[in-house]
Amino acid sequence: MIDFLEAAIRIATPLVFAALGGILSERAGVFAVGLEGMMLTGAFAAVIGTWLTGFSAVGIIFAMAGGGLLATVVAIVTVRHRADNMVTGLTSNILALGLTTYLMRILSGSGRPLAIHLDPIGAWPVPVLSKIPVLGPIAFNQPPLTYLAVIGCAVLSVFLFRSQWGLKLCATGENPEAVFAAGADPLNIRMTAVIGCGAIAGIAGAVLSLQQVGTFTDGMTGGRGYLALASLIVGRWNPWGAALACLGFGAAEALELRLQSLGVPLSSYVMQMAPYLIALAVLAGLGRSSRLPAAIGKPL
Amino acid sequence: MAALLEMRGMVKTYGSLRANDGVDLDVFAGEIVGLLGENGSGKSTLMKLLFGMTEPDAGGIVFKGRELSGHRPREAMAAGIVMIHQHFMLVEAMTVLENIMLGWEEAGKLLRRGTIADRIREASERLGLDLDPDVRVADLPLGRRQRIEILKAVLRDADLLILDEPTSNLAPSEINELLNILRRLRSEGKGIVFITHKMPEVIEVCDRVVVLRAGKVAGKAGIAGADKASLAAMMVGRDVTAPLSVEPKAAGAVRLDIRALKAQDLGPLDLRLRGGEILGIAGVDGNGQLELAETLAGLRPVESGAITLDGAEITHATAARRTEAGLAYMPADRSTTALVKSMTIAENLMLRDSHRQPFSKGGLLDREATRKEARSLMERFDIRAPSEQTLAGSLSGGNQQKIVIARELARQPAVLVAHQPTWGLDPGATRFVLERMIALRDAGSAVIYISSELEEVLAVGDRIAVLAGGRIAGLVSRAEVDMTRIGLWMSERAA
Ligand SMILES: Nc1ncnc2c1ncn2[C@@H]1O[C@H](COP(=O)(O)OP(=O)(O)O)[C@@H](O)[C@H]1O
Ligand SMILES: [Mg+2]
Repeated sequence: MIDFLEAAIRIATPLVFAALGGILSERAGVFAVGLEGMMLTGAFAAVIGTWLTGFSAVGIIFAMAGGGLLATVVAIVTVRHRADNMVTGLTSNILALGLTTYLMRILSGSGRPLAIHLDPIGAWPVPVLSKIPVLGPIAFNQPPLTYLAVIGCAVLSVFLFRSQWGLKLCATGENPEAVFAAGADPLNIRMTAVIGCGAIAGIAGAVLSLQQVGTFTDGMTGGRGYLALASLIVGRWNPWGAALACLGFGAAEALELRLQSLGVPLSSYVMQMAPYLIALAVLAGLGRSSRLPAAIGKPL
Repeated sequence: MAALLEMRGMVKTYGSLRANDGVDLDVFAGEIVGLLGENGSGKSTLMKLLFGMTEPDAGGIVFKGRELSGHRPREAMAAGIVMIHQHFMLVEAMTVLENIMLGWEEAGKLLRRGTIADRIREASERLGLDLDPDVRVADLPLGRRQRIEILKAVLRDADLLILDEPTSNLAPSEINELLNILRRLRSEGKGIVFITHKMPEVIEVCDRVVVLRAGKVAGKAGIAGADKASLAAMMVGRDVTAPLSVEPKAAGAVRLDIRALKAQDLGPLDLRLRGGEILGIAGVDGNGQLELAETLAGLRPVESGAITLDGAEITHATAARRTEAGLAYMPADRSTTALVKSMTIAENLMLRDSHRQPFSKGGLLDREATRKEARSLMERFDIRAPSEQTLAGSLSGGNQQKIVIARELARQPAVLVAHQPTWGLDPGATRFVLERMIALRDAGSAVIYISSELEEVLAVGDRIAVLAGGRIAGLVSRAEVDMTRIGLWMSERAA
């Protein structure tokens, strides 16, 4: 049971980062369909950065830059040039998949993907707290980026709901005209929010490649960006709510891994569909009851 | 004392249209200046120039002794000018408190919710605004939402408040409260520009009036020497308070015959209209007016009874067939039913007849002919806009209604059903609509004129019917109108 919960938290970590980024973007009024691509770019950049320098911290900075760069493209196309959010997001996802796959082969010079093997970032047990029975191993014996995800939830909550910047950002997603009338520039706010979303989604990718796997494989995000998107809707665009939803999906995946290792006679492919099926069911259940930011997807 | 605000020779053009054409305006501290003018006369444009929402082509602004130019709303606000827009700039999903804090430096980078909430309560108390900081804007009626904007201005120590048609969406009681609030602000030494096209409010609350017409100052007056008729004449350039000339016509053949008509929340009722007459339908709103209009237009199913138009039965005909038969309909809901705001004037003009000459040829739309036809209709019906390609939604209410009139009246319908056709229009546009109705009547059509403005119904109707509880409570010719009986009919509920 302890193992199971520990695994659920571990699996949820990248989803949480991606969802936090997505909240930033959607609260400002831009659909975060591009999370998947930003995450994948982040995963790639993190591995390259770490491989080049030997420091995972540098890898993480690379990841933020990579995700942010792709997001900048998305921001320019959707916010400045008023293109459709959905189409642009999906296109950027496909672009990221193609580009990272290609770059892995270019960098190796041999036509095969570059072979990089890094040691996954290990757990950082918190002194004293990690010795608490049951809770300790679950919550205080996690790798560093998982702690950062929790801190990220707290910081984003304060930012969105307690600061003037957050107020302006949320108002931009609701009624950009009101923001303009209040003397701020909704266009800049949206651009910044989308780029910020990319940087945070980049960290989500880094979690995947540096903390969980130790290498980059083609298309390794495997739809987690979309799962994060579902989480933030289920969590009503609230950082803690979204994190909880991510934990739910993480638990579903952890359970699936557990069942697989127990040799349940069900195709592993079917089981891998579980989190996505749950996501669909929950979204259908929420239906119209979840209120989107009023001006989301509407160009300025 | 030097003026708080001086605007000199303001010019703003949109394409070939001179929205402001050399306008001067002075405002002193502690006075309310009424900015009066028909829709489209350039009032909002002038204020947008002042507030820095658009750039003037020429002219200068001096505020509190300092030149103000090339500014944006942010600088205008910092200087002490606040604009309360016709459409409130509020975030409905947020609370009063959050809306007040939005973009306000004193709220702090990390928001000081408690402090600001206390200041809201204090100012709300002092000015009688009755605002609770923690209520969501979406849950407030329009009158209260407006007060949030006023409160914003007060808390930010604005010296000049601009209110753009602040009463247009308010209930009468709310209007009175607003005027009281404005008086309190005046006594606190604020300068106020009050934009409206409603005379009584101006006379009640303003100290001075500046009248705009077609982008120019048509007149100025202290309120002491002004009266309703002279102000209206300044606004429109002619006297619109003069009675309409409605010589009774010899009524022609029966054009619309309604027998024992029954639909949901309507009837049974009988009505018979001859060519060359206007039947005015009065009554308190919500007594079957919408039901009657939409049933006649073919938008609601008839339960029983019969409707005959020029001898042809149309009881269960579709709206399109009724149009063919010669029925025209002007819905009360101009912005969503009568027009497609996101389409151009030309497209709106061809909506009903797009499949016919001159709009189409051989089953395909003829763009060039459509544009030409649109331009000629704009000329005939005095639709003022930069071009026929202008979006309908960007026009003033009066010009929008003129599009509807042009579309419905251009083909000389046998019968016109007009529902609240003057709603929200200024005196000039109202007059235009009424005159068109009479012209249509004089050309031999029958008109059903439904309105809750009794004065109008009495002015245009050759006969006046009163709807109460979905039925005709009474019907008289204009010569025999007795206000007491009309009042009694209006208050009658269906037995
Ligand atoms: N952004 C714009 N583009 C084109 N024409 C405009 C624009 N804003 C206003 N107009 C035109 O300028 C004229 C004056 O408009 P406005 O100042 O809004 O009038 P008012 O507020 O007195 O009703 C109108 O004919 C209107 O159609
Ligand atoms: Mg206006």
